[in-house]
Amino acid sequence: MAYIEVSGVSKTFTASNGTARPVLRNVSLTVECGDFVSIVGAMGSGKSTLLSILAGLSSADSGNVAVDGEPVRGVRSGAAYVFQNYSLLPWFSALENVRLAIQAAMPGLSHDAQQARARQALEQIGLGNAIHRRPGQLSGGMRQRVAIARAFAIDPDLLFLDEPFGALDALTRETVQQDLVRLCSSTERRVTSVMITNSVEEAILLSDWIVPMLPGPPATLGAPIPVQLPRPRSLAQLAHEEAATHVRAHVIATLTAAIGNRTRRPPAKADVDPVTSIELATEKSR
Amino acid sequence: MKRVLHLLMPMVGVALAIGAWSIASVMVPDLPSPSRTWEESKVYILEPFVKRGETDQGIALLAYYSLVRVAQGFFLGILIGTPVGFLFGVSPLLSRMFDPLMQVMRPISPLAWLPLGLVLFQKSEPAALFAIAVCSMWPTIINTMMGVRAIPQDYWNVAKVLRLSRTTTFVKVIVPATLPYMFTGYRLSLGIAWLVIVASEMLTGAPGVGGFLWQEYNSLIYAHILLAILTIGVIGFVLDRLMGLAEAKLRAV
Repeated sequence: MAYIEVSGVSKTFTASNGTARPVLRNVSLTVECGDFVSIVGAMGSGKSTLLSILAGLSSADSGNVAVDGEPVRGVRSGAAYVFQNYSLLPWFSALENVRLAIQAAMPGLSHDAQQARARQALEQIGLGNAIHRRPGQLSGGMRQRVAIARAFAIDPDLLFLDEPFGALDALTRETVQQDLVRLCSSTERRVTSVMITNSVEEAILLSDWIVPMLPGPPATLGAPIPVQLPRPRSLAQLAHEEAATHVRAHVIATLTAAIGNRTRRPPAKADVDPVTSIELATEKSR
Repeated sequence: MKRVLHLLMPMVGVALAIGAWSIASVMVPDLPSPSRTWEESKVYILEPFVKRGETDQGIALLAYYSLVRVAQGFFLGILIGTPVGFLFGVSPLLSRMFDPLMQVMRPISPLAWLPLGLVLFQKSEPAALFAIAVCSMWPTIINTMMGVRAIPQDYWNVAKVLRLSRTTTFVKVIVPATLPYMFTGYRLSLGIAWLVIVASEMLTGAPGVGGFLWQEYNSLIYAHILLAILTIGVIGFVLDRLMGLAEAKLRAV
């Protein structure tokens, strides 16, 4: 049995005026223990909804979600989540933000031990000299590093990443991506991770499997595409690697085919802007 | 040039107001002129801590009595208002239950609460505190409630993802997120408490700026009424500024 089992999950949002908007229909997905899986799709296609259901932040209308054989009800212990918008508490220093996570996950640890652990997590990601600064005093890239440090500080079994680089500028994004690559490959055991992103490049950099999210509404998932490239990877290396080019072409072809199908249908309500979807598909490297 | 104007304009405004006062004092025989007001009041201002009698005291002493009374009533008000605000913020059910009641009680004047306080407590001092607390707690309740409701979904998600306990979520997320709103409430509450003090002292005859004002009116010493009015204004302004500073500091986070 796979570590994460999602079968037949559907979700419909009802707007305040009563109109129902189906977001996910009959979505199934399996993730093996230790694998890094990326769900790639256009903005607004329902990726975030799926991830929040996987993580137990919200619930599906129908279908089953199980992690390690147990049905998901609420956020699991040992799971960590990195939000697109950092989601640090602005009234605490970087150190306190990380320590709060440790305190909640490891209540047995003394205050000093929690502090030391938080400091170590921040040093690992190159923030050793900024630990006492508040989020407001940090750049976007540094904030996302704090959020990543907070996720890894509790030594998670399971990691959810919601567009973790979406809010960063191109240069910062690359450095933080490399930081994440380093952290993912430095832990003794591989953390089972699910990331959602709209960047194919980012997905290839980090993933074992890429699952294309085919825009709906309601959205469905395509067949997983394996990424068999040696680790650790770097963006520079991926630009030349033939295997990477192959995966990239495969993912983009799947996504564009889905968009092609869509545009032939009578125009549905524009929940997904076709223009952003095409941009996504043509985006070669970031 | 701009800075000079910045400093000069308020002075021009004050000078104009004193001018208008002088003219009015010529037309209304009972109204003391600014200079007469100063002549008759300077003993209170220049010897602010002298106690000559129960109500015949230096202005600082009188202000002190009023401030102590306001502080007691104000703290009582926010002590009740803050937790109630949190409860209303967290529970839409509770706030819906008490909203109509609150809307009706909020506009009731302190002058109306005071006699009820006298009936309830039989003595003037607790009645005054009751009136101050009841009148001043509304902005605290409403702002705290709004603050809790305005907490971004992101913070609730963080609390969920980190699996924070209810207590930890309250102490480390809800309270800090609400603090700036709470302080806006406190500032408005203090402003109201200071408005109420004068009315309650006038009615109960307690020593303080308001009591002094009423007594001097009855003694036909009109200059002292003006002294008391100016004192009330200046102290109210200073209180508001102090709370504003605390509030700005919290918002800077």
